[in-house]
Amino acid sequence: MEQVFFFYFAFVIAAAAVLVVVVRKPIYSALALLVMFFHVAGLYVTLHAEFLAAVQIIVYAGAILVLYLFVVMLLNLRQDDRYHRQWPTAAAVGMTLAIEAVILTVMKGWTAPVVATGTETTVGGISNTGAIGDVLYSTYLFPFEVASLILLVAMIGAIVLAKKDVGEREA
Amino acid sequence: MTVPLSYYLVLSGIVFLTGVVGVLLRRNIIIILLSVELMLNATNINFVAFSQYFHDVAGQVFVFFALTVAAAEVAVGLAIIIALYRAKSAINIDEFQMLKW
Repeated sequence: MEQVFFFYFAFVIAAAAVLVVVVRKPIYSALALLVMFFHVAGLYVTLHAEFLAAVQIIVYAGAILVLYLFVVMLLNLRQDDRYHRQWPTAAAVGMTLAIEAVILTVMKGWTAPVVATGTETTVGGISNTGAIGDVLYSTYLFPFEVASLILLVAMIGAIVLAKKDVGEREA
Repeated sequence: MTVPLSYYLVLSGIVFLTGVVGVLLRRNIIIILLSVELMLNATNINFVAFSQYFHDVAGQVFVFFALTVAAAEVAVGLAIIIALYRAKSAINIDEFQMLKW
């Protein structure tokens, strides 16, 4: 049963990822990415990371993707060529990495396929959210503060960059 | 029946590879940023799978941080795109060669 769910999610994630890159119009790319985000959230649920599944939908699908769609519609793009001139380089790099991945999988894959067992992200009756909060606000308190600083810097940076006529008035 | 860890790694590898190819292949800056999101999600899948495998929530905490950085990246990246669009009325990366020698 778990495997059925995994293969469903994995198939849709991989297909949506390919669609994001292949589709011609940016808006369809963004919508394919939306489908992928929802299925990644589903994958998190099967991995017993319920809190992250909720955050994935709220932050990625709710905030980040809306921002993308907003910009895509704001810029009102004309049609243009799909692929960059350097696509032979991209194909070479992609092929190399793919072959490497296949070789590594074939060489290592046969030795004892490790099984992700258990349902014990929830230790001792604490829920997943509680466990994350416990660790986040004790062990990872300093990185947490740094993350909030990053968000502040990004907010100020975005306002400064997107503001109108900053350079024109000074120049 | 549980799912082996290697399946998650293969899925994550596929998605990451797609993102790399998208960054190298497409000319539209917005789609390049979307491909970066693909790569970030691939690493997040890895983190959560390992977190489940080792029974340790630290992996999920790091996904949380990666998500923060992704949000910051999107905000700044889209602001840069808007500034570029104002300057050149285009978002094709071929148009932007000012930093090329």
